Amino acid sequence: MPDQPLTPAQTVGPFYGFALPYEGGPVIVEGGELHVHGTVFDGAGEPVPDALVEVLQADGEGRLDRGLFGRCSTAPEGRFAFTTVTPGATEDGCAPHLAVLVHARGLLLHLHTRVYFPDQAFNAYDPVLAKVPNDRRHTLVAVAEEDGFRFDIRLQGDDETVFFDV
Amino acid sequence: MANLLRRDGRDVHPDRDFPAYKSTALRHPKRPLVQLHNPETELAAPFLGSGPIGPLDADLTAQHDGAPLGERIVVTGQVRDGNGAPLAGQLVEVWQANASGRYAQAEDAHDAPLDPNFTGVGRCLTDDSGNYRFITVKPGPYPWRNHDKAWRPAHIHFSLFGTAFASRLITQMYFPGDPLFPYDPVMRSVTDAAARERMVAAFDLDATVDQWATGYRWDIVLRGPEKSIFETDLPEED
Repeated sequence: MPDQPLTPAQTVGPFYGFALPYEGGPVIVEGGELHVHGTVFDGAGEPVPDALVEVLQADGEGRLDRGLFGRCSTAPEGRFAFTTVTPGATEDGCAPHLAVLVHARGLLLHLHTRVYFPDQAFNAYDPVLAKVPNDRRHTLVAVAEEDGFRFDIRLQGDDETVFFDV
Repeated sequence: MANLLRRDGRDVHPDRDFPAYKSTALRHPKRPLVQLHNPETELAAPFLGSGPIGPLDADLTAQHDGAPLGERIVVTGQVRDGNGAPLAGQLVEVWQANASGRYAQAEDAHDAPLDPNFTGVGRCLTDDSGNYRFITVKPGPYPWRNHDKAWRPAHIHFSLFGTAFASRLITQMYFPGDPLFPYDPVMRSVTDAAARERMVAAFDLDATVDQWATGYRWDIVLRGPEKSIFETDLPEED
């Protein structure tokens, strides 16, 4: 087959809210014990109320052949929340994590990041975290709170979240 | 292990820092992205099953009691990867404004009429040859506040997955000959003219239905797998 040039990306725009979010999107696994929530912030520290956060993760055994998927809009206050199961460590030696995509108005091409979890011994050996400068690694590790884990996403600024080129 | 994805050809995508589109100013990272080579999780495909993601509905003109106002159109095309391989069974999600340029979303305050017979959301799966086909009405252009007299050219939003999380694509399809193209910073964020042209559908007589609808063809190309030397160079075994 001859090579084909790719179709370029465009922003999700402001008005995806009546189209892309779906019932059950934030519930990756019904009754799951893992709750991850957070807020998307812009470079001025303001919440981003028109972002769309998507998650792909392994199941509890680290299997990815049927990637678990979830989708949550940040309307109206910039917040998102997912219910799922704790992913297992994956075959490539990565500690338990969620792969995350961020789409938003004003974002012409989505961004990839990952959620890791605190107090995971495996984090020290994770080949992806190892590529991240020490002083930025904490932006990829969720914070344990009473009602689950908080993972804020900062698109820009002093404590900018680490984003990946995959 | 999933197929490794090609890393070339991605420079067609917009730079996230594009000052003419003002909302990008505070919403693009300024630190360099960390390069991941073939991360297993991002190379996995989301399992969407038979559709937790809303009902499949490729006819946007038949979702209400009456027919929507506007120019009825067929939009069809092939989804394939960068190696030219058709992608069958792919979820294609679309959303758009109505013929007057108004979205059926409460936050859209544009002073244009809503159409009680048009929502503007569709979903379908590509067939065995990677083809999708929607019936809809041509969306109208609409104003936004990016700059003085800012109007978006008519467009339909498309969302696709491909074979991996890393081949995900959200984009917009435009209509040929739109006079608003030169003034639209969203479209012009794709700086290569040929790449911009690939976001514009073509009027298509084959997709046109006599006495009923005009047809547009728009093919979509997503990141494909690396061509492995093992696929071609392995000696045959008995």
